[in-house]
Amino acid sequence: MTINRSREFKNQVFVWLAVTANTVGNFLLSVGMHRIELSPSASPLEYLRIFANPWIDAGVMLLIVWFASQLSLLSWADLSYVLPVTSASYVLTAVLGKIFLHEMVSIGRWSGIFAISVGVMLVMGTSPQGEIRSREELP
Amino acid sequence: MNAWLLVLVSILSGTAGDLLTAKSMRDHGEISDFRLGAVAGVGARLARDFSMITGVVAQAVSFFSFVALLGVAELSFAVPATALGNVAKTLFAKIFLNEYVSWRRWAGALLVAFGVYLVSL
Repeated sequence: MTINRSREFKNQVFVWLAVTANTVGNFLLSVGMHRIELSPSASPLEYLRIFANPWIDAGVMLLIVWFASQLSLLSWADLSYVLPVTSASYVLTAVLGKIFLHEMVSIGRWSGIFAISVGVMLVMGTSPQGEIRSREELP
Repeated sequence: MNAWLLVLVSILSGTAGDLLTAKSMRDHGEISDFRLGAVAGVGARLARDFSMITGVVAQAVSFFSFVALLGVAELSFAVPATALGNVAKTLFAKIFLNEYVSWRRWAGALLVAFGVYLVSL
C-alpha cells in the first residue's frame, strides 16, 4: 500500500515536472526569440548567436528537464498515458499567454482548453501501466 | 514542398520517434534512483541504445519538418494537422507496444486532439 502510494506520488511529481518544464521552457524561448533579430535566411552559425541570450539558455535548460522527465515517466508508464496527460501543457501555455503576454483568448480557444482539460483528467484517472495487461518488469 | 507531405512526414517521424523512445525506456525498466551518478549512468546507457538513438533522430526529423511546414503553411493549419499525431501515436502504441488502451484513454487522446484544433483556430 505504502509502495503504491509512493509510486503514485512519484508519477504525479514527474507529470507535474514535465508539464511545467515544457510550458515555461517554450514560454522563455518565445520571449528570447522575440528579443533577437534573426532573419529566416540566417546561416546555421548565426543561429548559435541565440545562445548568448539568457532567456533562450533558461528555456533550453527547462526543455532538457522536460525531455528527461518525459523519458523517466516512460520508464514506468505507457505512451498512451504519458502523451495525453502531458498535453496539460497546452492549457498552461494559454494561461501564461493570457496572464503575462496579455493575449486575447477567444471563446473557441477556451472551449479547446476545456476539451483538453477533460481529456487530461480522463486519462489521469487510468493507471499509468494500463489496467489489464501486467508488465513483467514492473513489480 | 507540399504542406500535406510535410504534415505526413512530421506525424510519421514524430510517431516513430515517440514509439522508439518509449520502447527504449520500457526495455530499460523503471528508474527509481535519481541521485546524480545514477542518472548519469542511465544517460550513458541510453546514449548507446539503438532504439533511443533512432527515436531521437526521428524526433529531430519531426521537429525540422514541422518548422519547414510553418514556412509553407499557417500556424492555424500546422498545429491542428499535426495534433492528429496524438491519435496516431495512441493507435500505434496499442499495435506495436501492446499497450492496453481503455475507452478513457481513447476519449482522452481524441479530446486532446480536438482541443488542440479549437485552440489553434
